[in-house]
Amino acid sequence: MFKFFLTRVSLVIPTFIGVTLLSFALIRLVPGDPIELLVGERGIDPARHAMLRADLGLDKPLLTQYGIYITNVLHGDLGRSIVTKEPVIKEFFTLFPATVELSLFAIFFAVLIGMPMGVLAAVKRGSIFDYSTMGISLAGYSMPIFWWALLLMLYFSVYLGWTPVSGRISVMFDVEPVTGFMLIDSLLSDDRGAFTSAVSHLILPALALGTIPLAVIARMTRSSMLEVLSEDYIRTARAKGLSPLRVIGLHGLRNALIPVVTVIGLQVGVLFAGAILTETIFAWPGVGKWLVESVRRRDYPVLQGGVLLIATVVMTINLLVDMLYGLINPRIRRK
Amino acid sequence: MRHRSLILAVSTAVSMGFAASVAAKTLVYCSEGSPEGFNPSLYTSGTTFDASSHTIFDRLVQFKRGTTQIEPGLASSWEASADGLSYTFHLRKGVKFQTTKNFTPSRDFNADDVLYSFNRQWLKTNPDYKLSGGTYEYFNGMDMPKLLKSIKKVDDYTVKFTLNTPEAPFLADMAMDFASIMSAEYAAKMRAAGTPNKIDQDPVGTGPFQLTSYQKDAIIRYKANPDYWAGKASIDKLVFAITPDAAVRYAKLKAGECQVMPYPNPADIASIKKDPNITLLQQEGLNVGYLAFNTEKKPFTDVRVRQALNMATNKQAIIDAVFQGAGKIAKNPIPPTIWSYNDAVKDYPYDPAKAKALLAEAGYPNGFTTDIWAMPVQRPYNPNARRMAEIIQADWAKVGVKAKIVTYEWGEYLKRSKAGEHQTVLLGWTGDNGDPDNFMYVLLGCAAANNGANRARWCYKPFNDLLIQAKRTTDIAKRTELYKKAQVVFKEQAPWITIAHSIVYMPMSNKVVGYKIDPFGGHEFYGVDLK
Repeated sequence: MFKFFLTRVSLVIPTFIGVTLLSFALIRLVPGDPIELLVGERGIDPARHAMLRADLGLDKPLLTQYGIYITNVLHGDLGRSIVTKEPVIKEFFTLFPATVELSLFAIFFAVLIGMPMGVLAAVKRGSIFDYSTMGISLAGYSMPIFWWALLLMLYFSVYLGWTPVSGRISVMFDVEPVTGFMLIDSLLSDDRGAFTSAVSHLILPALALGTIPLAVIARMTRSSMLEVLSEDYIRTARAKGLSPLRVIGLHGLRNALIPVVTVIGLQVGVLFAGAILTETIFAWPGVGKWLVESVRRRDYPVLQGGVLLIATVVMTINLLVDMLYGLINPRIRRK
Repeated sequence: MRHRSLILAVSTAVSMGFAASVAAKTLVYCSEGSPEGFNPSLYTSGTTFDASSHTIFDRLVQFKRGTTQIEPGLASSWEASADGLSYTFHLRKGVKFQTTKNFTPSRDFNADDVLYSFNRQWLKTNPDYKLSGGTYEYFNGMDMPKLLKSIKKVDDYTVKFTLNTPEAPFLADMAMDFASIMSAEYAAKMRAAGTPNKIDQDPVGTGPFQLTSYQKDAIIRYKANPDYWAGKASIDKLVFAITPDAAVRYAKLKAGECQVMPYPNPADIASIKKDPNITLLQQEGLNVGYLAFNTEKKPFTDVRVRQALNMATNKQAIIDAVFQGAGKIAKNPIPPTIWSYNDAVKDYPYDPAKAKALLAEAGYPNGFTTDIWAMPVQRPYNPNARRMAEIIQADWAKVGVKAKIVTYEWGEYLKRSKAGEHQTVLLGWTGDNGDPDNFMYVLLGCAAANNGANRARWCYKPFNDLLIQAKRTTDIAKRTELYKKAQVVFKEQAPWITIAHSIVYMPMSNKVVGYKIDPFGGHEFYGVDLK
């Protein structure tokens, strides 16, 4: 297990180099100059333009720039945003809790609904329930998130008025950001309604963001369950006279979980991608929107730093998922 | 079922929260994005100005609400010398800076604050010059370093600005966002405490609202400044709920989660107009969208060709298709909201037959080949440049002119068009200070004709002389006369096809009273009340 852990961790180094190099190179391959974009139609005289570029270190050869960047990163300095002049790391950690909160709830919702849906569809294979849930999940998977999110919002928030339209909490509650997680912060504040308000703001975005992972999890659970249910040990368990619930829940699901857990781990990356759209629509102050904005403005430090930090998070989560295998299935531990 | 009752309970709680808010007079504005920061001299975006200079700060002079006219601000009066080279401002007495958690002012606003605010942007010797990355794009963009000779404190309540050349628009410049007045005392205190950056993050101004909290991409909260020199604002609290998507802003307005929203989707305008709970204000924007001919390149050196293509372009079709009604045909290079707008100027009629005849006269009976540059981005003066270029292309084809549409990434586009690589280019301008000079001299003057903002690269002495004359006098009546003449010359010479001024729409709840559209495109809440 320890050796396995070490091999996995050593893989982090090339990934780190790849991620920094890619994010550094890609944004510079795109034409456009942050200073030209900043001044717009007004324009700027060439001498001043050169001075500002030198201030940002953009006048040096690309390789030197990359070298400086990597040295700074290794010293824990991700630089400052060209636009706001704030440290990248500070901006990231102001916004990141919102993305985590939203993603956690989205994945929680996806697992809570998706797994039982998949199990039931597998058990009742060929039934109307099977066909309809698989049909719905295919639709869910193919749906453009921004369209789905707007649809949910127009129906539940504007037409029915059940949930608030956007934001993390009603503007009436002035909650001090202590942890950055609104649910926790609202509980810490004295306002009674703050927590319920925060929950109500979370429902629709989590639903919208969780739709694709839900569909993927449901389909994965179903196919994995089908495979497991045809195994000899399931027949044995049935022959022993175990209750169907124990056969499916204990012997079936537990064995079927490995690919499902992998998929859940991989969905974290999908969640971050989906968060970009969901955050923009629901005015959710997370890192997704922040990154998109940085591309538009050619804010090199923000983009590089943001991508690196998110990549780190995704790598860590997938590492943890790999560790989980052993816990779920002892057969892997022994290998 | 339990789930549903939870949601119901929650939404009741939320609506009760709003009921309480009306009593406390909280106005929620669904703003379009996060400000870059809270010091308006450091940044250039309108979003930043809304959150800083329009709420927290004041300037020596200001624009009368909803107009481009200048009125006294922190200076209660001023005079310009006869040669137009110096301006003396008499400062208002008894103006208090805001009291915040970091700062309690010990004295009233005075000349030291004026000197500090400008010197920080101007003099490298100022201790705060480099603070927050200090680049002061607007101060430099308005050519202040070249223009300013000295700023002197005459006494505690008198400041004298001396210029290197007479520049009549200088007074209007002093009403611009970058010229906001900061507290010298606060800056000194924060410097002494070792936290100089605080002055840009936790701003202290003399304006009608003071910042109470900000969460990036989420919310900005203000409260009314109780000591505001022009009287406390009618609303007690002002909240900016940051909502980047236009459709969502509209949904929030309908659901009562905010009372005012900027930048609606053009496609939503019809449904907004029908909504009985929403008032829709509208006004022409302080901008112009145009097509500039590169007058240094053949065949656009010939005025007849430029006139012919003016006649070949169906502007009404552009307004209908590209602006979807949210635009107005432009005939002058300045929008009608600016003083000296010459309404007597007659635009070229849409007349392909006459255009063809004129082209033949110029020696192009079978037309010629050219290009049309189209911007890759949406701008207030041009929501869809690609579509606009296509319409113009089709119009020109009817008179035999074959045009290729060219586009580049936005930064690249600006750079290349400045260098004059184009034949014809679509671009536009949004005014900074409401002075005609800010459109005509900046965009069409000889000084900008060589790799500057003058994309037509058009340097026409009779026109330029009128502009220079207008710069040299501070007499508004005389200046108006000169600019009116200049507009006639401009139309005759046709360096541009003036295409459109956009129309700005502001939807708001019926409960909002006293809101006035800011011609500069900003959003201001002093003077606004809730029923």
